[in-house]
Amino acid sequence: MGKQVGVWVGCFGAGFKRRKSWLGEGSSVAKLILRAESLKAGIFAHLVRETPPTRRDLLTTEHLPVETITRLLDRSDYFVEMLRIPSPFQKLRTLEGRTVANLFFENSTRTRISFELAERRMGADHVTLTPSGSSMTKGESVLDTVRVIEAMKVDAVVVRHSVSGVPGFLAGHLPTHVHVVNAGDGAHEHPTQALLDAAELRAALGDLRGKRVVIVGDILHSRVARSNVWLLKKFGAEVVLVGPSTLLPRHAEKVFGVEVSWKMDDALVKADAVMMLRIQMERMAGGFFPSLEDYSSRYGLSASGAGARRSASCVILHPGPVNLGVELDAEVSGGEQSLVLKQVKRGVAVRMAVLEWMFESETSSRVE
Amino acid sequence: MNLLLQNARIIDPSQKLDASGMDIEIRNGVIARIGQGLKPDGDSRDLAGAVVAPGFFDMHVHLREPGQEYKETIESGLGAAMAGGFTGVCCMPNTEPSISDPFVVSYIKEKAAGHLVDLTICGTMTKDRAGEELSRMDALAKSGIRMISDDGVALRSSQMMRRVFEYAKMFDLLVTQHCEEHTMTVKAPVNEGRVSTKLGLTGWPSVAEEIVLSRDILLAEYVGGVRYHAAHLSTKGSVRIVREAKSRGVAVTCEVTPHHFALTEDAVERHGTMAKMNPPLRTQEDIDAIIEGLKDGTIDCISTDHAPHATHEKETDMVSAAFGIIGLETALPLGITHLVESGRLSLVEYITKCSVNPRAALRLPQVSVKEGTLANLTIFDPKAKWRFMEQDIRSKSHNTPFIGQDFVGKVIGSINNGLSHWPR
Repeated sequence: MGKQVGVWVGCFGAGFKRRKSWLGEGSSVAKLILRAESLKAGIFAHLVRETPPTRRDLLTTEHLPVETITRLLDRSDYFVEMLRIPSPFQKLRTLEGRTVANLFFENSTRTRISFELAERRMGADHVTLTPSGSSMTKGESVLDTVRVIEAMKVDAVVVRHSVSGVPGFLAGHLPTHVHVVNAGDGAHEHPTQALLDAAELRAALGDLRGKRVVIVGDILHSRVARSNVWLLKKFGAEVVLVGPSTLLPRHAEKVFGVEVSWKMDDALVKADAVMMLRIQMERMAGGFFPSLEDYSSRYGLSASGAGARRSASCVILHPGPVNLGVELDAEVSGGEQSLVLKQVKRGVAVRMAVLEWMFESETSSRVE
Repeated sequence: MNLLLQNARIIDPSQKLDASGMDIEIRNGVIARIGQGLKPDGDSRDLAGAVVAPGFFDMHVHLREPGQEYKETIESGLGAAMAGGFTGVCCMPNTEPSISDPFVVSYIKEKAAGHLVDLTICGTMTKDRAGEELSRMDALAKSGIRMISDDGVALRSSQMMRRVFEYAKMFDLLVTQHCEEHTMTVKAPVNEGRVSTKLGLTGWPSVAEEIVLSRDILLAEYVGGVRYHAAHLSTKGSVRIVREAKSRGVAVTCEVTPHHFALTEDAVERHGTMAKMNPPLRTQEDIDAIIEGLKDGTIDCISTDHAPHATHEKETDMVSAAFGIIGLETALPLGITHLVESGRLSLVEYITKCSVNPRAALRLPQVSVKEGTLANLTIFDPKAKWRFMEQDIRSKSHNTPFIGQDFVGKVIGSINNGLSHWPR
């Protein structure tokens, strides 16, 4: 790596202009730099908005305009209806000729399959890279991996990574025409999850303004919680974050502008919806609570025990997979108020809507 | 070297001197005469508007040699120091091999010989910085070492730290700690606060610095007769702890880096891994306390913690990316911009932190702008406005978030060891 590579130093924000001259205006690097120049915010934010006029990415819900969210939710309603049609399902041709690479640097089954199905149903070709059996475990950097995939000509990458900010970082380094979708980055964001949650909440509760949504569990490590907070607040919902004090991030009230509590029972009294987060067993090695029994007795929902003070109309969400008997017991999970399976179905529809929206910017000049 | 410096403003805190319109005649590298209206007899330089100060000394730089020459070499690092206006630096011992043995010291000394910039060397306090056995302090001291540190990591064991203090005092070594309670900072790239909460990154809490600082101060006081120096402090609590220790007469000194008074944690959202430091960037409240500490003498020195890293070590995710930035070439402009120009520190106070106090902490001979002494001078324009550009960088690495930044205060040149350097 010599001086040529040095061009990327500091490539997150300031300092692009000066390189233009010696790179030559026509080079792909220069184009990328020109694009990056128009993006003023930081790495985690700067490629999230619809704004790069030539490209749409989905990196966060924090920076996604409410009109775009509404459109994505509306389209997902349409796709849900369409998916109701009995097989054989007529594949759409919207993304015919497009190739999407699913780069799962961190393991996932549900999200990966959901994206793959959405891609297939929209007519795209797709490839999937998972951590086992790839160069990711051989010390190749994430940027190198993605550059190699890009060189094989793909039109979009769906990225999941265990470190916050990676999709945004990659978006800043990929050529103009390659879209980036965040499929979950560290404990930062998981925008498609929040979109599907919002779609199901909207279907169950109607307008979300003034609705009280309680998010329960490991807030500290949860990208689902963060994406949901930003999105729900945009629709005027009242969000409460609940969990043991060891799993509540510092200054969460101020940073997110929400209520924070460790008393689930109190928080649930007037709740319209409760979103139970999955306890990641592997993360709990840090000793955040004494035992799963202790956790579930305080923060689990069961038919008779904890959380029984919630109203009968309160709907229950869980991003899955459920640790039965920890966050939810089987009765609650399979109960009438549970949206768990609907969420899964909605996941495919929402991801179809996202793919359609992303590529739409290229096929028509229409600006929302 | 014969040279006449004309119309300069000499500021020398050691002599309580602040005089404008002064000429300095240098003959054979020595200050022959200081006066007004001296006649040039050969080379001369008009320094109207510029300040001539006793040479700046940076007591905390990573020159990476031996072992990581792809990041920096002694030659490129001293070149960067010279470009930054420093006439002396102290290099930290986390090299490969580490500076635990006199043979590494001689290797480094040989490489640095004959340079404008004086190189002082810091040895390790435990063997290979592993925290298990004492380093060969006797031999290190005999080879000219004045400071020991396991910088990059803190010594975890309190019992071992006590032994380091006890042993080091036999050789009058300054014991420098990188204050970090490691069990609280595992995979933590940013301050625990607004940014860690928002981005879902593990936070490096301020208390993890303060715990080790407090422990060390208690141990230094308990052992007695030892000089302790806390490296790159970053928190409001640390300033309070040092202030309180000094008021009790504990022999403690400390330093801060320019980036810890110039940037808050918010820089992480703008600059990504270029704003990943150890200790991390903190909050405005911490910056205010640091500046207050500089003002009231709690904080003795400004050191850069110059930490060169190759592109691929920064161009990655926040957790894998290396900590730190290069600092030698932005130290003076950051100091002038954020401390002097903003009215928080006088030039005399600022120069004291950059020249007098580091040498005092290391017990190096002071340098003065005085007739009959070797000319060891840092010359800068405190009012020059300019933009820092990547092509200006002399260091081998370019990892800095300050590229493209506008600064007030610019290095004009430096003189030492019979050599002079004028960047532009």
